[in-house]
Amino acid sequence: MTIVQSVSRRGFIVSGAAAIGGLSLGFRVPVAGEALAAEAMPEVNAWVVIQPDETVVIRIARSEMGQGTLTGLAQLVAEELGCDWARVTTEYPSPAENLARDRIWGNFSTAGSRGIRESQDYVRKGGAAAREMLVAAAAAEWQVPAAECTVDKGVITHAASGRSTSFGKVATAAARLPPPAEVRLKDPKDWTIAGRPLPRLDTADKLTGRQVYGADIVRPGMLNAAIKACTVFGGRVKSFDAAAVAGMPGVRKVVQVDDTAVAVVADTWWRAKTALDALPIVWDEGPNTGISSTSIAEALAAGLDADDAFVGTRAGDARAAIAGAAKTVTADYAYPYQAHATMEPMNATALWTPERCEVWCPTQNSEASLATAAQAAGLPARQCEVHKLLLGGGFGRRGFQDYVRQAVLIAKQIPGTPVKLLWSREEDMLHDHYHPATQCRLTGALDADGNLVALHMRISGQSILASVRPEAMQNGMDPVVFQGLNPGGAEGAIGYTIPNLLIDHAMRNPPVPPGFWRGVNLNQNALYLECFIDELAHAAGQDPLAFRRRLMANHPKHLAVLEAVAQRIGWDSPPPQGVHRGLAQIMGYGSYVAAAAEVSVADGRLRIHRIVAATDPGHAVNPAQIERQVEGSFVYGLSACLYGECTIRGGRVEQENFDTYTVLRLDEMPAVETIIMPSGGFWGGVGEPTIAVAAPAVLNALFAATGQRIRTVPLVNHGLRNA
Amino acid sequence: MAFTLKINGTERSVDAEPDTPLLWVLREQIGLTGTKYGCGIAQCGACTVHVDGVATRSCAMPVSAIGPEQQIVTIEGLSPDGSHPVQKAWLALDVPQCGYCQSGMIMAAAALLQQNKSPSDDDIAAEITNICRCGTYNRVRAAIRQVAAAAGGTARNG
Repeated sequence: MTIVQSVSRRGFIVSGAAAIGGLSLGFRVPVAGEALAAEAMPEVNAWVVIQPDETVVIRIARSEMGQGTLTGLAQLVAEELGCDWARVTTEYPSPAENLARDRIWGNFSTAGSRGIRESQDYVRKGGAAAREMLVAAAAAEWQVPAAECTVDKGVITHAASGRSTSFGKVATAAARLPPPAEVRLKDPKDWTIAGRPLPRLDTADKLTGRQVYGADIVRPGMLNAAIKACTVFGGRVKSFDAAAVAGMPGVRKVVQVDDTAVAVVADTWWRAKTALDALPIVWDEGPNTGISSTSIAEALAAGLDADDAFVGTRAGDARAAIAGAAKTVTADYAYPYQAHATMEPMNATALWTPERCEVWCPTQNSEASLATAAQAAGLPARQCEVHKLLLGGGFGRRGFQDYVRQAVLIAKQIPGTPVKLLWSREEDMLHDHYHPATQCRLTGALDADGNLVALHMRISGQSILASVRPEAMQNGMDPVVFQGLNPGGAEGAIGYTIPNLLIDHAMRNPPVPPGFWRGVNLNQNALYLECFIDELAHAAGQDPLAFRRRLMANHPKHLAVLEAVAQRIGWDSPPPQGVHRGLAQIMGYGSYVAAAAEVSVADGRLRIHRIVAATDPGHAVNPAQIERQVEGSFVYGLSACLYGECTIRGGRVEQENFDTYTVLRLDEMPAVETIIMPSGGFWGGVGEPTIAVAAPAVLNALFAATGQRIRTVPLVNHGLRNA
Repeated sequence: MAFTLKINGTERSVDAEPDTPLLWVLREQIGLTGTKYGCGIAQCGACTVHVDGVATRSCAMPVSAIGPEQQIVTIEGLSPDGSHPVQKAWLALDVPQCGYCQSGMIMAAAALLQQNKSPSDDDIAAEITNICRCGTYNRVRAAIRQVAAAAGGTARNG
């Protein structure tokens, strides 16, 4: 598989400008050499290259970070193309190529569980158009109607005349044909490549050490950089004593990076890091040294009954209905900061000259990496290029480009020499863009018959968009705060009909940088809603499933996944002695998900015996990869539930490595049974939604086990450890 | 300071400060980048190699602590062509997701199976303490059991 692209395979950039991210970026226009290149490697269209040896190269625009998108997208193209799956390889087009070709590959950003669902339409059309062009080329050669030709595994056949040829033989001729004006896509029920649990395309090299990640990049003459930014958010470099480490082994240069960080550049990373640890740095810690978890919690708590709040969802008059209700229940919940902790720490390799800047990096959005590199390099984007590598984990962290900027700023101070910047794990944990902290006060009103007549859900806390995408705010409101709680829509609608409903957000933004953390706001919203619905069921004296059913009659897809997990776990029959069950459901990223958990508790030891998870993503492109994403969602979601918390003290994060930032390991991993139940008619995401039901399913089971309601995570703060 | 190391069956000479972790000698001086850096404090296991057959976290092992007679095996040396039973089981079950932790996982699993042909689930839980953030644990466990079963061992339930 080709991952690192040659920079100038299709000519070079000459002029032009397009605005992306507020930066001026270049177009590339064809040059004389391009036709020759096309002859050597016929590009049928942007998505499909077929080589004379019948190898089918499928272009993948989105980033592969373990979620299986690369394989799934290739399946969709191959399905419509009608090629031989055994001959499929993939490659990434580069962001400069995308710009040069008027963004022919669409959006490169790989976040929000969008990889498949947002590109399925145009990649399938790309495969279908290529097939039609290949057939047209064969038909023209035989002088027969294209409609009489059939395609099977890369072989085109005209049965009437008994002739056949292969994609590789007609690819060059096909590439010269105009693309069809319209293509018809296969009905998913006729899929033979898509929809199947095929093995991943990117496994082999991950078993032998041959897979090259960003951290592994080696360029000729390359130096290595270790970096340290002020640990206090908002702090700056006051001074540093480069001379003190200048004589240490391998040290080449000590450089400042923006006004926030210092880097040591050496022949090896270990020597760079050793010198950096010895480097005297004086920091101006700035205005945030008084910030702590306690002060943040107090600020958020003040928002729980504040008058000013943005309304996300409203039906009826929740406040009036609560005031006049037979019975009310109120509870306060909270969700802490979390670090992404990708296994591969942040890194980027940059080569800067006055004329050109080149970057090699793992990134969830290589176009944003290019824009960042161009700005940091002080060069037009047409003189920059970004080579995207497979990611050693993303989870939202690698949508941020801080490490790319730093790498370029370092390389710029050593012109002509490639420099690889690798963050230490400590740097990674201290300078994340954290899962935001929020609190939530929920008040429910029950009538005399135990019907839920009103719910007010007040979220107080941090907005991600206000910090990272202020242009996406809507009149000061962050709509993403209400993930999974929207009144309707295809992305994340609440699954309950409650006659009087108010969901609002008091925005409180502490000076801790927030970011998109796999699952994003769906994580805490599902925890708040699904645990509180359990509280209401208990208050109404009803079974949690029966109580939900009564609210879900108008939400059949939400209910279907919930019923599926309830049935599989055996909700209607008693659990084994000492084992207790909990349920949760939510809709997010366009998909409907639910989980059921079986737990037991003894002597402060929690044991999660079994998880059943159901997901309805509309269409299932690769059930085997969906199963892995669902299973993996419990590692991420249960890590957060059991252990995950970045505490703040003195304006900085206290956890610096895996010894204090505990994550789930193999010995704690429960059995996970996955039910994939695509109901068709829509395309939902898979990588993120299930994370959100992990914690509430376990917390509800924990309540069933102990009778005590835990309203904040991680559980380790409640003296509970996983056994 | 010069050190002689036996890596994947070949004797190599390196010049490094004595406290340089084996991980960085392997990655930066020998050029074997299959062994990964994840934490630097022997917590995550991404850097796992075999030293005389024992799974060892190379990020916390100074190069000076290893003798010239000791056999170091990295993921690149586990088999010439990915044919080690653990690698084959990993392929059969399509275990990796992002893959970054998998060199260490595979080396830890291979060392476990070398010492215990039929590890129980408890044995696996006790010995495989590597961190994976994508969530491959259940497939790692299944692959280890598959290797044990294929070798004729009867895995005991734990």
